[in-house]
Amino acid sequence: MSYEGWILLTASLVGLSCGIIGVFLILRKMVMMADAISHTVLLGIVTAYLITQELNGMPMLIGAIIAGLLTAVLVQWLHSLGVQQDASIGVVFTTLFAIGVILIATKTGNVHLDVQHALMGEITFVPWHTMDVPLIGEIPQATFILLIVLAIVLVMILAFYKEWKITTFDAALAASLGLPVMLMHYVFMTLVSITTVASFDAVGAIMVVAMLITPAAAAYLWTDRLSVMICLSALFGVISAISGYYIAVWIDTSISGSMAFATGIIFVISFIGSPNHGYFARYIRPVTIQD
Amino acid sequence: MSVLQVENLSASYRKNKVLYDVNFDVQPGSLTGIVGPNGAGKSTLLKVMLNLHPALSGNVSFFGSTLAKTKSKVGYVPQRGSVDWDFPTNALDVVLMGLYGKVGWFKWPSKDDKELAMESLAQMGMTDYADRQISQLSGGQQQRVFLARALVQNADLYFMDEPLVGVDAATETAIMTTLKRLKSAGKTVMVVHHDLLTVEDYFDHVMLLNKTIIKYGKTEEVFTKKNVQRTYGGTLRWMKEA
Repeated sequence: MSYEGWILLTASLVGLSCGIIGVFLILRKMVMMADAISHTVLLGIVTAYLITQELNGMPMLIGAIIAGLLTAVLVQWLHSLGVQQDASIGVVFTTLFAIGVILIATKTGNVHLDVQHALMGEITFVPWHTMDVPLIGEIPQATFILLIVLAIVLVMILAFYKEWKITTFDAALAASLGLPVMLMHYVFMTLVSITTVASFDAVGAIMVVAMLITPAAAAYLWTDRLSVMICLSALFGVISAISGYYIAVWIDTSISGSMAFATGIIFVISFIGSPNHGYFARYIRPVTIQD
Repeated sequence: MSVLQVENLSASYRKNKVLYDVNFDVQPGSLTGIVGPNGAGKSTLLKVMLNLHPALSGNVSFFGSTLAKTKSKVGYVPQRGSVDWDFPTNALDVVLMGLYGKVGWFKWPSKDDKELAMESLAQMGMTDYADRQISQLSGGQQQRVFLARALVQNADLYFMDEPLVGVDAATETAIMTTLKRLKSAGKTVMVVHHDLLTVEDYFDHVMLLNKTIIKYGKTEEVFTKKNVQRTYGGTLRWMKEA
């Protein structure tokens, strides 16, 4: 595949995984947790590097999962001690992120791992970091990891679709029916962590938040059905990724920045134009009579 | 055999003890109103019994067994305000959620399940709203959907948290008719209730609660001026004098 093809495929995979996960982040009111995890996975990646001394996919993925779960557990723990939810998120993620930054600055020296790269990503380098995979052949490492993560996300969401739905809508009912609500919370945090770290190379920690939240927030405006919202969000993610790339080429600027910008444009269009929840909809739709 | 037996139950939120020394025994086929002032621990009592909030001490037995073994016989209607009604789903879907425990992992609700859910909606007079997005329903209609979701579970023991708060008169009547029908079908229902004026009309048993049980028993024996004043700390004007 061409250089450009790999970049478009990689970015689209980011858009797909983030779009799907993002729907549940929004409905579970955990947007701040996504922001937190997108930063704390840096600590996981750095730690994995310090232990293995190489920037390799698998250890990085495991490090990120541990860092993501650590974030979720610490936030829950502080909250249970009486600290406000949003305050405990703020404290935990800045602290863990800071440890990651200190470790990078002092321990990793000249390796291809720096704060700038971790925050902004550099998708232009992705096609040069290839690996050989049986049956597929030579494929960029980041793309391959994204494919695996997307497969995991799809399987987990589809296999437990109704459980995700009920624990998201009404956790108390779900628990009273005997569903493992807390376990599902941590499984979900794991999915957020692996999605974030897989997208890391391509778009970086800051932009992954845009890819997680904005397409899902836009999709929320278009539909009243969860399944449609998931499909739309994934579609918006892909559209943002591809159009973002061409915007970047056109005005010769940062690719991840343009992709995040594209998600913003899609959101604004949705906010203005959506037939049900859009800004102008209230002038068109007849008022619902409440009894 | 008692349907529900609670011994020496206590619970706290952070450091505040909200329930202590709670002991009671519920007879099958009773319709109980749980009343008490704000902060008396009414909702907490339901949550602790259902393991949704940790107990500090005590023992709760359902049908002479544990909750884990009798979950399918126990139904719970949380407060309407506890969920986000902007969630992208419709009324029928919410009712179907009541069956998710029975449907089981890796399976989808069947056509029969959907028929059961439609029947429950019909019982609550909500047939025409099955496809309606839940944010488009009025408060009373949302509460009816919650009741329909409880009905579809076909439990033997129901806990309902303030089902009559903020609903219109027609919904209140519909819900009370349903509760009385459940009772006459031999089911046991415990309802957190806030309106002292309707206690005598609605419930055959009443539990007066203020962090611990002040009195629990048949409404005509327990719901007296003296007991209610003890529960509310003497700040209450007795309605019959007003």
